[in-house]
Amino acid sequence: MNNAVTPSGIRLELRKLFLKSEPVRGYTLLSPTLLAMILGLAMPLVVLFTLSFWLQEYLDFIRTFSLANYVEFFQKPIYVKLLLKSIRISGMVTIATVLLAYPMAYFIAFRVKSNKLIWLILITVPFWTSYLLRVFAWKIMLGYNGVINSGLKSLGFLTEPLAFLLYNPTSVVITLAHAWAAFAILPIYVSLEKIDRSLLEAGRDLGENAWMTFLRVTLPLSLPGVIAASLLVFIPTVGDYVTPSLVGGPRGIMIGNIIQSMFGQSQNWPMGAAISVMLMFTVAAMIGLFLWGTHSYRKRVA
Amino acid sequence: MEHDAIISFQNVSKHFGKVKAVDHASFDIQRGEFFSLLGPSGCGKTTLLRMVAGFEMPSSGEIFLDGQPMSVSPPNRRPVNMVFQNYAIFPHLDVRGNIAFGMRKSGLSKGDLNKRIDEVLELIKLPGYGSRGADELSGGQRQRVALARALIKQPKVLLLDEPLGALDKKLREQMQIELRQLQQQLGITFLFVTHDQEEALTLSDRIAVMSEGQVLEIAAPSQLYESPSSRFVADFIGTMNFFEGTVTAITANNMTIATQVLGEVRTTCEESFPLGAEVWVAIRPEKFRPEFTSPARDIDSIEGRMGPSAYLGDRSHFYVHIANRDDPVLVALQNLEGSVHQLSRPDQPVWLRWSEDAVVVLAKD
Repeated sequence: MNNAVTPSGIRLELRKLFLKSEPVRGYTLLSPTLLAMILGLAMPLVVLFTLSFWLQEYLDFIRTFSLANYVEFFQKPIYVKLLLKSIRISGMVTIATVLLAYPMAYFIAFRVKSNKLIWLILITVPFWTSYLLRVFAWKIMLGYNGVINSGLKSLGFLTEPLAFLLYNPTSVVITLAHAWAAFAILPIYVSLEKIDRSLLEAGRDLGENAWMTFLRVTLPLSLPGVIAASLLVFIPTVGDYVTPSLVGGPRGIMIGNIIQSMFGQSQNWPMGAAISVMLMFTVAAMIGLFLWGTHSYRKRVA
Repeated sequence: MEHDAIISFQNVSKHFGKVKAVDHASFDIQRGEFFSLLGPSGCGKTTLLRMVAGFEMPSSGEIFLDGQPMSVSPPNRRPVNMVFQNYAIFPHLDVRGNIAFGMRKSGLSKGDLNKRIDEVLELIKLPGYGSRGADELSGGQRQRVALARALIKQPKVLLLDEPLGALDKKLREQMQIELRQLQQQLGITFLFVTHDQEEALTLSDRIAVMSEGQVLEIAAPSQLYESPSSRFVADFIGTMNFFEGTVTAITANNMTIATQVLGEVRTTCEESFPLGAEVWVAIRPEKFRPEFTSPARDIDSIEGRMGPSAYLGDRSHFYVHIANRDDPVLVALQNLEGSVHQLSRPDQPVWLRWSEDAVVVLAKD
């Protein structure tokens, strides 16, 4: 008993603990990532949270607790309006992306018999160029004298270029949906790939046609992938500011642009922090709602 | 047996690329029959079953289901249901949801449907399991749910694709009895695919033995076992000792065959062969009676030496070396007195006797 107090005894005890306890080994394995997460994620969040209760006075912070930023957030209609608009645009992006990604994922999972890897690699090809370049590419595509307009004009379909293609929410949706497609295809592909093919045959065998079998078997079983895809697209795009500022124009502005300007030209970091915190909570609440909704859908589909 | 075919295969062939999975299959399955497709893996039995279900289309020929040609019907429009090899229980639905899956268009009210499901759960001996999730079921229970899900549709034919393969031996034997009872109780035609010859013998009214895409023989289990029509069938169903021979004499109900190993073999075999025909003489291991003293007559018996033996619980296998034959002859004996295997002392002389009607004569191809 007493030999446990000596250094070698302690080492022995630690070793025993390490070998005996699954959680200890688990956390040890996790520790580098955990450390990085805490340093890179939790700490800035704490800073952001604290900052949101301060006030800005010229170049200095007033470091007394104040809810003034949050009051302003709800008093000036622009913030809530922009938040709702961002959610709407991001929601449209998510729906568009998942709708585009699902057939692609379905095709690779069910129709491609060999060389699936090549297809999966091809999906990542757009990522070989930078995000910025892809956004600019869409600007070139959709612009007033862009590829689509000049193409249609030279074919004689148009006399005047279409003005509604660029600098509006739709162009933001198009650009973001394209930029995030791969993030949606992969999780949906994985969940489709996992579906036992005999389940689809069972659906047909029990009297359902191909479409109903899809609705009653394939879709519910691929729902985890659809949920993952939706979250992977919705969460990053709702706070995006690059795409809206490049292709959105004045009408395509999103909440990310305001946050950026608060930390930039407007020099009001506490307000920017407060908007960020509000965005974070809203997104978290929406995800909670979404997960609850899909969960009850899965229960109901029976 | 009434001549009322529920399924009729007419010249059905199926090719996958250059592989002939099924080659000109033509036979009928009678209404209410327990019919098995038996053969080694890759013989085409599952392909044949999947063509009845509609998952594969014949390359040529036609399948008639209750008189209707099936080549234009998708799987969901066929009055058949399938129990899949891995059961294919929907993992996102509970037992009740699985069983109700095919009843969406049944027109039953919710209350009536629930009553039907309860009845079916009773039938498969899983009452009260309705709200269990698919992952909370054992292999045997999944199998029953798969059965219930198909039976509630009241199919004209129930298709079973090696449904007992994944179960352990005890459970498999129990399910065999239950399947047979269920089939007799419901009167539904069962089309059963298996590679397990014992299972096919236990369950079936008739068995079709398949090999390399061809149906070799269709017969009742006892006929298939006692008087198979080809060497492949004789070898595949149970075990068999084969001896080469030539027909030397034929009388009204007797035939004599000269063999190098067994000497003159007389048989009551009904198959007719011409005089001088080269044939296989086949005798089942359990049809040999070993004796340890020389018999009075040397006809219908052969002398040998005891080789290795194997104790199998209910019976023992002895290998007996016989002159002029490289492979030992297999003899099976019921362990009636508990310790038959003790009789086997290596190299002990033994006389194997058989009766005339135990001899099967098969054409040499």
